[in-house]
Amino acid sequence: MVCEMETDQIEEMDVEVLSSMWPEDVGTEADKQFNVEKPAGDLDTLKEVTIETRTIADMTRLPNLLNSTHQGSSQLTNLVKQWEYMQDNAVRLLKEELKNLDRQREEAEAKELKIIEEYKFESNEPENVPVLDETSDLFRRFRQKKRDALVDSKKIEIYEEFDTVAYWKQKALSLEKMLEASTERERRLMEKLSESLKTMESQSAPVQELTQNLKRAEGFLHFILQNAPIVMGHQDKDLRYLFIYNKYPSLREQDILGKTDVEIFHGGGVKESEDFKREVLEKGKASKREITFTTDLFGSKTFLIYVEPVYNKAGEKIGINYMGMEVTDQVVKREKMAKLREDNAVRKAMESELNKTIHITEETMRAKQMLATMSHEIRSPLSGVVGMAEILSTTKLDKEQRQLLNVMISSGDLVLQLINDILDLSKVESGVMRLEATKFRPREVVKHVLQTAAASLKKSLTLEGNIADDVPIEVVGDVLRIRQILTNLISNAIKFTHEGNVGIKLQVISEPSFVRDNALNADTEEHEQNGLTETSVWICCDVWDTGIGIPENALPCLFKKYMQASADHARKYGGTGLGLAICKQLVELMGGQLTVTSRVSEGSTFTFILPYKVGRSDDYSDDQDEFSDMADQQSEPDDTAEGYFQFKPLLGSIYSNGGPGISNDFLPHKVMLTSPIKLINGFVADPSNNTGQSEMLQLENGGYMDESKLETSSGHCPESAHQYENGNGRCFSKESESCSSSQASSEGGTLEMESELTVSSHREEEKAETEVKETSKPKILLVEDNKINIMVAKSMMKQLGHTMDIANNGVEAITAINSSSYDLVLMDVCMPVLDGLKATRLIRSYEETGNWNAAIEAGVDISTSENEQVCMRPTNRLPIIAMTANTLAESSEECYANGMDSFISKPVTLQKLRECLQQYLH
Amino acid sequence: MNTIVVAQLQRQFQDYIVSLYQQGFLDNQFSELRKLQDEGTPDFVAEVVSLFFDDCSKLINTMSISLERPDNVDFKQVDSGVHQLKGSSSSVGARRVKNVCISFKECCDVQNREGCLRCLQQVDYEYKMLKTKLQDLFNLEKQILQAGGTIPQVDIN
Repeated sequence: MVCEMETDQIEEMDVEVLSSMWPEDVGTEADKQFNVEKPAGDLDTLKEVTIETRTIADMTRLPNLLNSTHQGSSQLTNLVKQWEYMQDNAVRLLKEELKNLDRQREEAEAKELKIIEEYKFESNEPENVPVLDETSDLFRRFRQKKRDALVDSKKIEIYEEFDTVAYWKQKALSLEKMLEASTERERRLMEKLSESLKTMESQSAPVQELTQNLKRAEGFLHFILQNAPIVMGHQDKDLRYLFIYNKYPSLREQDILGKTDVEIFHGGGVKESEDFKREVLEKGKASKREITFTTDLFGSKTFLIYVEPVYNKAGEKIGINYMGMEVTDQVVKREKMAKLREDNAVRKAMESELNKTIHITEETMRAKQMLATMSHEIRSPLSGVVGMAEILSTTKLDKEQRQLLNVMISSGDLVLQLINDILDLSKVESGVMRLEATKFRPREVVKHVLQTAAASLKKSLTLEGNIADDVPIEVVGDVLRIRQILTNLISNAIKFTHEGNVGIKLQVISEPSFVRDNALNADTEEHEQNGLTETSVWICCDVWDTGIGIPENALPCLFKKYMQASADHARKYGGTGLGLAICKQLVELMGGQLTVTSRVSEGSTFTFILPYKVGRSDDYSDDQDEFSDMADQQSEPDDTAEGYFQFKPLLGSIYSNGGPGISNDFLPHKVMLTSPIKLINGFVADPSNNTGQSEMLQLENGGYMDESKLETSSGHCPESAHQYENGNGRCFSKESESCSSSQASSEGGTLEMESELTVSSHREEEKAETEVKETSKPKILLVEDNKINIMVAKSMMKQLGHTMDIANNGVEAITAINSSSYDLVLMDVCMPVLDGLKATRLIRSYEETGNWNAAIEAGVDISTSENEQVCMRPTNRLPIIAMTANTLAESSEECYANGMDSFISKPVTLQKLRECLQQYLH
Repeated sequence: MNTIVVAQLQRQFQDYIVSLYQQGFLDNQFSELRKLQDEGTPDFVAEVVSLFFDDCSKLINTMSISLERPDNVDFKQVDSGVHQLKGSSSSVGARRVKNVCISFKECCDVQNREGCLRCLQQVDYEYKMLKTKLQDLFNLEKQILQAGGTIPQVDIN
């Protein structure tokens, strides 16, 4: 179908190709044949177009209809008028032609007359002039002149021939010829005239003309409509079809005519359309509606239906005309557009919502930053106030003054703690806090935490550590944060427990359900790169107590910021109400969960479960071999795999009446496999522990050589602990009070320093010896890059009776620590090459693993022989004191978190230095 | 006669040093330094202070070079310089210098070149100011010692 192709091509330019409304191969062949109507031969434009009639009409009713309705009669009238007009036109044209011919004939006659006249006028000078020649005046004049010019010779000629017969004969002949031609022309004109009259006659049959025109009009209609997705129809007032154009191909005439929509189609929309048509019929007003049909016949199609009522000449309704255009695609497109628009709107709304959220978040972050900054600003002067108050407390004061001062100090401490907590919290919340993955031994961590807690215990509580056998010896995690959590929970437990036990219990559990999906993403990335085949283990840690417990209604808000179980508790026990919030945040940061169970007056248990990585087992055994090689003959595996620790209050000790706040002299008591040597090591491991300090003093004085022998021999002395205590009491009972207190009096400190000085001067030569336990004088390492600071600090140390080694940065510090043994390290935080925090971390890692692998990994060049490493293997924890400038980057939390034991804020003063030395040396 | 001169000088010294504290040139850390000075190291303070001033001039020089180019300032380098200067000034008790260093560091943190330059000028001014003041102070000390007196202990509080 040429036409179809043409239209397709046109449509392609701006509109997508329309699929035909009805499927193409549904109609039966017979049906098609029946419907095909040959195009009229005289319709040039439609010559190559085959037109399928899709029309089904009730032929008997149609003329009827046309005659009876206004529309029908007006159409006929139109056609008649058109025909009349055409006839008029033809008549007018013929008349004109006739007029033309008449005029021509008149002219011809006039010429003839003229010729005849001419001959009469100058018969002597006959001229061969064509009768019908239309000569112009000019030409005639020219001829005239010519004739005048030639007149003499011609005249002679003429005169010569004038009388001859031949001349006249010739003349007659030529005239005759002219006459003949003239008549001939006349005859032809007459013929033409009669011919045109004849054609006029033949065209004058009006019915034929009308039929032709009708056919033509219909042909055009077909031509235009044949591909349009349009159904047209006429239905009588019972809505029975009388006429339909472009019906569904498989429907036959008998299927449609005389039937209603409902009778023909079944499915959705049919009833609606019928109702609509009826409505139009009733109301008598044409209207449009979009109806979606879902029929078995042609599936789901949407039609825009136009229905108008039809009246007869009497003005009665006799039916409807109906036209439906298929708009399924448009509807789909429209719906798509609507959906898109809707989506767009939703997206826009979301976007603005998001922007709002971002804005709020930014504001919050700014507020938090502000809070952090503020906190810092407050902390610096506050630490000044507290520090001064502490110094003041060492001066002579009467009882009342001292009481007031103590309140002042404790309040100040509380505020400081609060600010530190706020800073910690804001760090976690703002995402500044980064987790580190380091190898550590859970048993040691628990032990250290309990030891530290025991050291500052002011109540008669038993601290217990209980670690299940299946807990790995070494795991990977952020040991510093875990320690922080443990310390926090333990100090909480101790705070709210007046008698009984406080303990830590560790056990391996199966992967909890709440993080089955994201259990592995805690901090795997860095460690998987090591090529270690690691598995994850979940460890559940219970921190329990037999304390006052928490009422059930207070549990939900326990982990909220600034919330304590009750205002009463807050008054009674103090605290910032931030500790648990921090713990919870930290645990969650590490991918775990912190929960609590509690019964009033029976105790509470805080449980946190965390995922840890476990390194290769042979990795551990290597380490273990090394470790047992270097260590003294003690059965080391017992220590590393030790599952139970207990720290009991040692009542009746001589310190118990040493004064308030100094009852921190508890000796750890190992229930299983008690080993006194390890006991010593245990103490040495914690420099803040008083007994550890006293041991150092003993060694310095060279007094208790048998004790130091004990260190190296495997001799077992069940009473050694007691001996220590006695020894300590004997030799240093005067100083012990000041030593053991972190708020040491300056007098005591000076005294100490003096004794220290004398001792060291006696042993100047021995100092060079590298034997671990032979050091007479504490070896101090200052790690600082600012030479003025070095100069000042050195001078201060000198005043305090010490000398120091200097390292200019973290790398130098590590090198120094690796090649020599130190008793104390003062570490600047901000340094070039390797800063204090990192250096401390590396040193701690060395202490825990016995190798510098972490440092070497970090790019520190450490040249040590195996031998050296063996003898330098630290069995105790090197006290590292940070020197901070009190800036955001150098907060004390950061220092503690990185394994530092304490910090001195800069600028370093004699007093601060002295206090520090008192606490960490001897 | 001599004792009167000494007493006068001593009083002058006391007044001067107190004024230095009051005007905020010095803080307690300077007292700390002075405590460290004894017979063994009679010139300790002067030594440290002169080392500090040398340091100042060097650091300020390098920082001004770093800040010279308007477009690519090496703030890291400047920051390290400011850090050094802050530590040193804090250590010797040069309060004003230290305070300027604090704002200097803030400017540096936000990479504000204009602010840095202003602070640099201020630091330069402050340290030179302090230098002359301390020179006067040391001169006074010298005079007292020459007159046979002792340097009085000044309790600032």
